[in-house]
Order: sequence, then C-alpha cells, then structure tokens
Amino acid sequence: MRLITAIIKPFKLDDVKAALEQAGVKGMTVSEASGYGRQRGHTEVYRGAEYQVDLVPKVRVEVLVEEDDHEEVLDAIVKAAHTGKIGDGKVWSVPVDTVVRVRTGERGPEAL
Amino acid sequence: MEIDTGSTAWVIMAAALVLLMTPGLSLFYGGMTRAKGVLNMMMMSFVSIIVVTVLWVLYGYSLAFDESGNSALNTIIGGLDNIGLAGLHETATADDGTGIPYLVFSAFQLTFAIITVALISGAIADRAKFGAWVAFAALWATLVYFPVAHWVWGGGWLGSLGIMDFAGGTVVHINAGAAALALALVVGRRHGWPKERMRPHNLPLVLLGAALLWFGWFGFNAGSELGVDMTTALAFMNTQIATAIAAGGWIVVEKLRDGHSTSLGVASGAVAGLVAITPSCAFVDTLGAAIIGLLAGVLCAYAVGLKYKLGYDDSLDVVGVHLVGGLIGSVALGFVAAYPGDGQNPGLFYGGGVSQLGLQVLGPVVVMIYSFVVAWILAKIIDKVMGFRIPEDAEITGIDITTHAETGYDLGTIHASGVAASNGPVTLPAAQPSEKKVDA
Repeated sequence: MRLITAIIKPFKLDDVKAALEQAGVKGMTVSEASGYGRQRGHTEVYRGAEYQVDLVPKVRVEVLVEEDDHEEVLDAIVKAAHTGKIGDGKVWSVPVDTVVRVRTGERGPEAL
Repeated sequence: MEIDTGSTAWVIMAAALVLLMTPGLSLFYGGMTRAKGVLNMMMMSFVSIIVVTVLWVLYGYSLAFDESGNSALNTIIGGLDNIGLAGLHETATADDGTGIPYLVFSAFQLTFAIITVALISGAIADRAKFGAWVAFAALWATLVYFPVAHWVWGGGWLGSLGIMDFAGGTVVHINAGAAALALALVVGRRHGWPKERMRPHNLPLVLLGAALLWFGWFGFNAGSELGVDMTTALAFMNTQIATAIAAGGWIVVEKLRDGHSTSLGVASGAVAGLVAITPSCAFVDTLGAAIIGLLAGVLCAYAVGLKYKLGYDDSLDVVGVHLVGGLIGSVALGFVAAYPGDGQNPGLFYGGGVSQLGLQVLGPVVVMIYSFVVAWILAKIIDKVMGFRIPEDAEITGIDITTHAETGYDLGTIHASGVAASNGPVTLPAAQPSEKKVDA
C-alpha cells in the first residue's frame, strides 16, 4: 500500500477530486496548507506598504492506494492539477505498512 | 423661508435612518455569502453609496424631481434646473410654514436611490468584477432609477395616473428585483451552483443586518410622508404589523415544510414583509397590513425556491424577496386599499371597484419590463467591453483575496492567506519581527 500526498493550487481541488473519483479512488483527506517551493512566494502591496509573502496558500490531498494502482493515481493527480504556471505544486508517494479500518478492525488492503 | 420645524426634524432623521439601511443591507447580504466573498459583497453596497451620491448631486436629483421643464417631456423625465443641486438651498416644499427644505427632501430621496442600486448586488455574489459593478451601478441609476423615480414620484406619468406607491414598492423593490434577475442571467451561475451547497457563512451578521434594515425602514416608510401627521403614524404602525407577521409566516412555512424554523428564515421573512408593506403602508388599515404581511411571508418563502427550478443563480434571493414582495404589496393594494389619496380609489374589498387594481398591476409590470430590459442590455454591453466576471480560478480561490487583497476573517496562525503573510513591510525601515516562521 502507498500514501500519496499532493500539494496543489487551491482552485484545482475540484478537478483533482473528479480525477481521483474517475481513477476509482474511494476516499481522501483534504486540508488547507501553506508553503513555498522554488517560486519563493511573491511581493504584495497593501495600504501603501510592500510585503514579501513567502508562504502561499495550497491544498494538501492525501489518498491511500494499493501498490499496483499508485502510478496511475499519481498520473491522474498530476494531469488534473497541471496549469503549466509556476506554483503548480508537488505530488509524492511513500510506502505504508499498516492500515486499519476503525469501524471493523480490518487490516491491510481490505481496509482501503 | 418659513418651514415646519417638526416635520423637517423628522425627515432629516428619516434620511439618516434610510442611509443606515445600506450598510445594514451589506451585513444582511455579507453574512449570506460564503466566507471568501463577504468583503466583496459589502463593498458592492458601500460603493453604491459613493457612486449614487455623486451622480445624484450632479444630475440625478434634477432628472428625478425637477418639474420645471417642458411639460410633455416632464411626463417621462425631469428637467435640468437642479443640476449640481442648484436652487435647492433657499427653497422649501411649501412656502406657508408647512414645508421642509428642498435640501432635506433631496437628501432623503438620495438614500432611496442608493439602497435601490445596492439591493441589486445580491444577485451576483462572489463572482462579479468590481469595476464592472461600479459601471453597472452608475449606468443603471442613470437610465433606470432616476427616470422611474420621476415617473412615480417626480410628477411623471405613472404618478399622474393615480398609482399607489407610498414608499417605493415599485420604484425601489420591483425595479431592483427585475434588474437583479437580468444581471443573474447575464453574469451566470457561481462556479459549482447548484450542485455545491452554498450556505450562509455568518448568520449572526444576517440577523444584525435584518435588524438594521427593520429599524431603518421606519424612516423609509413613515419618512415618506415627508412630514409629521396622522399618515406618518399610520405608516409607522403598519410597517411593524406587516413585518412581524411576515417573519412569523415565513418560519411557520419552514416548520411545516422543512421541519425547522431557521434564523435565515426569520431574517428573510422580516425583509419580505418590509418590502410588501412599503408601497401600501399609508393606504391600508390594520387588517390590510396584517394580510399583506402574511401573504408576503408565506409566498416569498416559496418564491425563493424558484431559482432552483428555473436554473438562475440569484444568489441572495433579490428576485424571490424584493421582486415578489414588491408585487404582493402593490397588487394587494388593489384589493385592500382603505385610505386612498387624491386621484386614487379604494381597493376592491373596500368598495372601490377594479380601477385601482388595474393601476396596481400596470405600474409594476411596466417598471419590471423596463428595468429588466435596460439592465440586461447594460450588463451585456459591460460584459462585452470589460467582462462582468472574474476569472474562474480567482472565483474559486475567493473574490475577497483576489479582488480586494483582504479576507473577512484572518484567523490562521501561519498567515499564508495573502497580504498578512510577511516578514514585515519591505519598503519601511526596521520591520517588525514576523510571526514564527514555518518551513514548507
């Protein structure tokens, strides 16, 4: 099993959700996040003063998938989140040892 | 110049009350939007105060209320003698000590023009370009509000026919409601509507706004007598009766239909009652006011569901509350008018036959069509020239941060929501130490 984490532009969430449903993913966790990558934020002007803003609002999407599906799901997220402009985000996956469904106590792939 | 000081004092107060309704409306509307659009919603009301005040001083008052020009032309539009408020500072509405200064009358009428424009903005929550709204507000006030106010109140043709519209059921609410429908159709639906639930983000704000509207509306209705007499008292009491009963009617409908009486329902019901009693408050008795309130509360509670059936995103129900409520108040007068003015007749149930009913249907229909058509054309032109909508990604991110560089509620501790995030102002020396820095 794998945990896929995607950091994306907030307005791309709808597209990514739709793509994940299309790819057969049954559930996900979504949270608001902030951060920066190579683009290093930007400057903004408010009430006459200029500010360097380094943390940019992002959305973090997390999904648990089976080993065999994870390349397909990664690709689906990347395709849906892509605009080609700076700040599109990152997607990564890590191996997961154990998953337990709280309600039934099922373990492993059955719990996904 | 001798004036009636009691009447003048009341109309000055009433003007201030009605002006307060527009910030009240901005709270009422602002609470109903999603959190990411509250500031833009409120800004649309506040900018209406700016735009309409400037236009009113320049030419709006004159076009609406100057009756000194060519008499044939004056049936449809006012003259130009009061451009820049010329001639108003030394005249009163009557010379014999019973009038009020024209400047007070003009200020009072200005507050009506402001709120009428602001009302329309509820149809386009969360998605309109701010500049496009400013352009629309200026053009619609010029081409629709000023002429229609003249038709009904400024000596124009609808008023001469004997239509009853005491405080603006037709001029304000039907007029704004029809324009709102046109704007909702041209600008289009919010992203995700109606699939996504778009619930009010702050109901205490909605209730506070409704309370300020209710309070200010006593100036709107009882102030429209433009003096202090028995009619002022009648309008005041009828306003309270209809509003309370409408709010009650709405939440009873909700309880029976949905199983819950909601705070949004009590606020909307009160506003529906206020709208419906606006044209009628000086012409009906206690029973008439109660009937109008009940009809408004019950029918508007159903009318706000129309947009889901018909598929237009009138986001904050300007059509369901103001257009429908205004129609109820105006048409009901054809049945229950008890105290007609000069050149008007009692309603059908009060022995006046159907002549007044005909007028009470004609006026609203004419204004509804005129306002809808002109608003639709204006919105189309603005959309062609500058675009009426913000880009989709900006709408999804939130119009407050993308258009105004602010958010209504800066509650995060990381401060990434735009401008608050910083290492201090880079253009100022000795910047404050920033909040604890968090690495991505």
